[in-house]
Amino acid sequence: MMWLSDQVVDQLRAAIELPDLTGTRYRTVRLIARGGMGAVWLAEDTFLEREVALKILDLADSEGVLASRVRQEALILAKLEHPGIVPVHDAGMLADGSLYYCMKYVQGQTLDQHVENLKSVSEQLRLVQRLAEPLAYAHSRGVLHRDLKPSNIMIGPFGEVLIMDWGLAKQIGTPNLDNDSKIASVPLTARATGVVGTPGYMSPEQSQGAAADPRSDIFSLGAVMVFILTSGGKLLQSLPRPLQAICSKAMATDPAARYQSVEHLICDVEKFVEQAPVNAYQESVFERLQRFAARHSTALVLVGAYLLMRILFIIFSRH
Amino acid sequence: MNKVLLGVILGGILGIFDGLTAWFTPAARAGLAGIVVGSTFKGIVAGVLIGVFARKVHSLALGVLFGLGVGLLLAFGIASMQHGYYFQIMLPGGMVGLIVGYATQRYGSSGQVQHAR
Repeated sequence: MMWLSDQVVDQLRAAIELPDLTGTRYRTVRLIARGGMGAVWLAEDTFLEREVALKILDLADSEGVLASRVRQEALILAKLEHPGIVPVHDAGMLADGSLYYCMKYVQGQTLDQHVENLKSVSEQLRLVQRLAEPLAYAHSRGVLHRDLKPSNIMIGPFGEVLIMDWGLAKQIGTPNLDNDSKIASVPLTARATGVVGTPGYMSPEQSQGAAADPRSDIFSLGAVMVFILTSGGKLLQSLPRPLQAICSKAMATDPAARYQSVEHLICDVEKFVEQAPVNAYQESVFERLQRFAARHSTALVLVGAYLLMRILFIIFSRH
Repeated sequence: MNKVLLGVILGGILGIFDGLTAWFTPAARAGLAGIVVGSTFKGIVAGVLIGVFARKVHSLALGVLFGLGVGLLLAFGIASMQHGYYFQIMLPGGMVGLIVGYATQRYGSSGQVQHAR
């Protein structure tokens, strides 16, 4: 009796899982990731001779709810044209009836890998600003992401920030696909409870199964911001109070108490970077003077030196 | 506020302050009014020159050096008329020029308007 090694078994298992791309111009290279609805494969576009990512629905269920979700995801991505949102190149149906769509293959690091390279708060906040741009764009087009988290954010080879996995995205005003008990293979977070998102990053209203709105994504953006700022073991309490206040406001339990738009959040972040007062934090007089001194330190030193010189002249002239 | 106006205001204020400090020199108290007027005029002239330079040249280092130079030059002229006290006049004068040079480079708007064609 011949025993197969673990390596051979893994290779056989991988071969069985390979999608049937007959009739398409793609050739499978390897599996990138597997989720509740399907898998994402690294493939080669044999016509354009470039690497692409194929998201393929596991089930041959072209008319079912899962297929509708995948179709909705592809449609949403196709309408969002922004450097920070992974573009969709193609979509269709495989020979076995599975839905697929083809998108840009992003080579780079996920956010949780990239933050280890960021040493200063200003670098971290610049990343937050770049991350907010595609989200603000999506909101301007009436699209909610609903699952913003570090593992869904990639930093590309040129430093570009991309928001990935729009599988739970929703066009505001379209029917809710979340409340369906037939989605047996979909993770609990998106099933009949109507709860969509990831614990720790989803807003309180999402965790209770209530309808999400742009402020729900702002909550998630705030959670990602806290993740970035506290990377490397830093405590949130060790950050400057205005920055703590910005994070707190973004992650307020009551949506009415949060920033009402991504632009408002980023405006406060920019003010903090420029050492200007932020809307989220009421400064004391002492803190205002401290900030003024920090912002105009050189001018104050020059004026101080001039006054000191004048005083010394007065003292020496008396002697 | 444009850079020239900023230079004028700052140069004038520092000039007034410079002139008033002459009160601490008993020998100069008699001519204090003239000293204050002259010092203020010197500060305003320095402010105009440094402010105009700041509108044309956007360089902190060059702006500071130009301010220092203008301040020293004008102070030298005043000191020559006084026939002495070169150090006591030129050092503060140079510092005023330096401060105005820094302020006009760092603050104030250029006031240059781009006209659409």
